[in-house]
Amino acid sequence: MATLGLCFAVLTSILATALCQSARAQERKAPAVGGFESKLEYCKTCHGLSGQGYLGYFPMPRLAGQQPEYIEAQLRAFIERRRSNPVMFNVAHVLSPSMISALANHFYHLNPPPSDGAPRRAVALGKQIFEEGLPESNVPACSACHGEDGHGQHEIPRLAGQLYPYMVGQLTGWSKERGQGTAVDTSAIMAPTAHNLTRSQVEAVAAYVSNLR
Amino acid sequence: MKRIGLKLAIAATIATLVSAVPAGAGDSPAVRNCTWCHGANAQGYTVAPRLAGQRPQYTLNQIRSFHDHTRDNPFSRQYMWNAVAALNPDTARDLANYFASIAPKPANDGDSALAAKGKRIFMEGVPEANIVSCYACHGPNGEGIRDIPRLGGLAYFYVKARLEQWNKGYHSTAGSPMPLVASHLGPDEIEALASYLSFVN
Repeated sequence: MATLGLCFAVLTSILATALCQSARAQERKAPAVGGFESKLEYCKTCHGLSGQGYLGYFPMPRLAGQQPEYIEAQLRAFIERRRSNPVMFNVAHVLSPSMISALANHFYHLNPPPSDGAPRRAVALGKQIFEEGLPESNVPACSACHGEDGHGQHEIPRLAGQLYPYMVGQLTGWSKERGQGTAVDTSAIMAPTAHNLTRSQVEAVAAYVSNLR
Repeated sequence: MKRIGLKLAIAATIATLVSAVPAGAGDSPAVRNCTWCHGANAQGYTVAPRLAGQRPQYTLNQIRSFHDHTRDNPFSRQYMWNAVAALNPDTARDLANYFASIAPKPANDGDSALAAKGKRIFMEGVPEANIVSCYACHGPNGEGIRDIPRLGGLAYFYVKARLEQWNKGYHSTAGSPMPLVASHLGPDEIEALASYLSFVN
């Protein structure tokens, strides 16, 4: 009991000192809510300050260099619940079309280097699958649609530099997240391909594209 | 002021004396030196947060940031900077692993009337106000992962103080998104979040 009392006395004294000191720190001024800068900062809180992606409890994908049409299509898919993601539903449903295109355009022009973190051992196999596909498993070459450099085009996403855990998560859980409901959307194109890749082939492709610039 | 100085000197001396002893057992002097303030079984006590069940990489990063003086809020300066000054890296790692292995108990000390509001902010954020979802990084039950801390069950006072401190410009681990996250939280949101989290098991 004496111990607790002493401890409490110490902590109380510290609290008093702390209150005196709190005025010393500088308050940070956030940009006005509702404007482009504030919303951009909001996106970057999770997707990284350079849009390079971020590993939280869930991997938050790289948006830097992403095709604006893909970003717009995915935000619509979140809103219409074709792509199920409760966090992104909430994020997307308050964005106006003009805000979406401004944000997508901003991220398209960012170009941070890929974040390292993918296993190296399967990169060669990944490159082979990316460039040639797996004819025996009905897997077309990724590069046929996503481009030799993996930069994508229009609604076809950039894969270059995408986070490894995000790539693995998407390709292994494709039909659990995308193409929900009755409406058919472009995600259906990838469904058989994702399904035909084994786990280790997915990891190989993910490792390869995550290092592309 | 003198009394605080004396007690800190005592605490620092104790830290120096025990840091040579390997941690890893619940009754080791190194562990007792922490639980003196962090409470029995490291479940937290008044302003000292619960360490039980905390992600070891997070605890280790915090010890490092106290050591490097990058975590610079008043309690850190006044207490933790000295407490870790003589802690060697091996002991720090052992302590972080040991505390992670203790089952955490929720503090249950928030305002239960605010818990539902806090849960909504935690899970969904407030997109209109640019408040991000906590869940995306800290997990569905605030369990944390890797170096992202467990928040579920932490004491109301501690969570509230931490969220307020980021807004006041105090630093923590370099590269943390938390200053940005907290800049959009007002007093009502902070109270609701701190209340909700105190009840999460």
